[in-house]
Amino acid sequence: MNTMRPHDEPMIVIKHLVKQFGNLRAVDDVSLTVGRGKVTVIIGPSGSGKSTVLRCINHLETPTSGEIWVDGIHLTHNAKNINAVRAEVGMVFQQFNLFPHLTVLENITLAQRVVRKRSEAEAREIAMQQLTRVGIPEKARAYPSQLSGGQQQRVAIARALAMNPKIMLFDEPTSALDPEMIKEVLDVMLELARSGMTMVVVTHEMGFARNAADEIVFMDHGRIIEQNTPEEFFTNPREERARAFLSQILR
Amino acid sequence: MSLTTGPRQPAAIPLDSTADRSAQGRFVDRLSQWPWWLLIIVFFGVLIVWNVMTSELYSAIFSRLLLGIGITIFTTLVAYGLAIVIGLVAGLGRVSHNPIIFNIATLYVQVIRGVPILVQLLVIAFVIVPIVIDAVNWLGNVLAPLLGAENFLARTQPQDVPFLTRCIIALAIAYGGFQAETFRAGIQSISKGQMEAARSLGMSYLQAMRYVILPQAIRRVLPPLGNDFIAMLKDSSLVSVLGVRDITQEARLYASASFRFLETYTSLAFLYLAMTIVLSLGVKWLENRLNNEGRGQG
Repeated sequence: MNTMRPHDEPMIVIKHLVKQFGNLRAVDDVSLTVGRGKVTVIIGPSGSGKSTVLRCINHLETPTSGEIWVDGIHLTHNAKNINAVRAEVGMVFQQFNLFPHLTVLENITLAQRVVRKRSEAEAREIAMQQLTRVGIPEKARAYPSQLSGGQQQRVAIARALAMNPKIMLFDEPTSALDPEMIKEVLDVMLELARSGMTMVVVTHEMGFARNAADEIVFMDHGRIIEQNTPEEFFTNPREERARAFLSQILR
Repeated sequence: MSLTTGPRQPAAIPLDSTADRSAQGRFVDRLSQWPWWLLIIVFFGVLIVWNVMTSELYSAIFSRLLLGIGITIFTTLVAYGLAIVIGLVAGLGRVSHNPIIFNIATLYVQVIRGVPILVQLLVIAFVIVPIVIDAVNWLGNVLAPLLGAENFLARTQPQDVPFLTRCIIALAIAYGGFQAETFRAGIQSISKGQMEAARSLGMSYLQAMRYVILPQAIRRVLPPLGNDFIAMLKDSSLVSVLGVRDITQEARLYASASFRFLETYTSLAFLYLAMTIVLSLGVKWLENRLNNEGRGQG
């Protein structure tokens, strides 16, 4: 339905987003635009509201105020609208959140069949393509608990990709992984970024941010402090808080 | 599968004490591990079976009790099946974000859990059912121009609803309240991330429940649901209060006619015990199987 849309129209537009949890203002007047095929990496100290911004984009959190457009669809409280947006937006979680009662293959085919109404055979074929893409087609019959953390996260990525999303959101995808498994997940994400997928990534992996990002967004206390290209941000950050953060992380 | 519920043995015995541990001591240890409770029950079981075979009185009692066994089993199965359906629906209501649905489900659960089952049985049989019949009659009279003055709605009488049916409805409603809480606990034990992952893939709330949450939740609550089945078998004896001829009612009738209270009620108790022990072994087996599966696929 969006094939006629001009290519320079941004994929995600966020205007004056505010999210309040009780007394805590987790996101405080955030405005952000993500272009088509661009990779935006959000970094910042924990509790700075990065994940909450991400979760507002597919409405896992309901914004307190502000507006969000995803691929031209205005995200309102309308449930139909929300499900339509969610089907176009893949999300990868810190804790993988694979369905433990289903095999890897069933994890990837379930939403394809229930939401996309694809046939069993078609869903299976797409699932195997995506599993091959993330490098573990031989695990199709395994249950999630039989996989390593890195493999589980790659299955989670394949599960999201099988829905043919226009956007992929990553919420600290490597934070729950053992160090030796981080690279296999980052490699998949890097490949995805090069293939032209629009991505918004919350991460503490500065190497990935440097290599893959088109834009770095630095947040603190619910606000965007600095928005910059990776080269500029990592070599010559404008803001004092960003500088302090980097000196902590890149010791 | 071990049947022992006896005192637990220390996992490791200190090395120095094994050396001077006497053979007698080890024998006592092993004796303490035996399922004595089961042996005692089996002993009395054998005694009663032997009595049934040799004494005319006991065999008369048992053939009388067995007249009611069909009603007991039928009541248990049907009421339990209905209770599962009611409980699942009410349990989903208890986790609903819709305030109307949540409040209806909570009202039901609170009322049911606050009133003794025996009292519920009386209220449903003698109050609710007649009220519903009145309402049906009224509806029949209203619809008389459409269905004719003598339509089945207008003609239904309270006595058209047998007491067995009333008992089954009452037991199902009572147990549905308890099972609602079991299902609620099961659903809430599944991590929030499962629902979020399903929703982020575009599934609706009900689709996520059906394909992701409930399959995991129900597996988790199978053992408590099994225990509810055992409890239902026992509580089916309440139907005797309304004169439904289950095994308890047959026993009451026989005992009051023959004045053989001791023999009759002992036999009755043993019959229930035999059924519940077999069922509880089944639940235990199920629990073990689920635990082993859990280890296989977490």
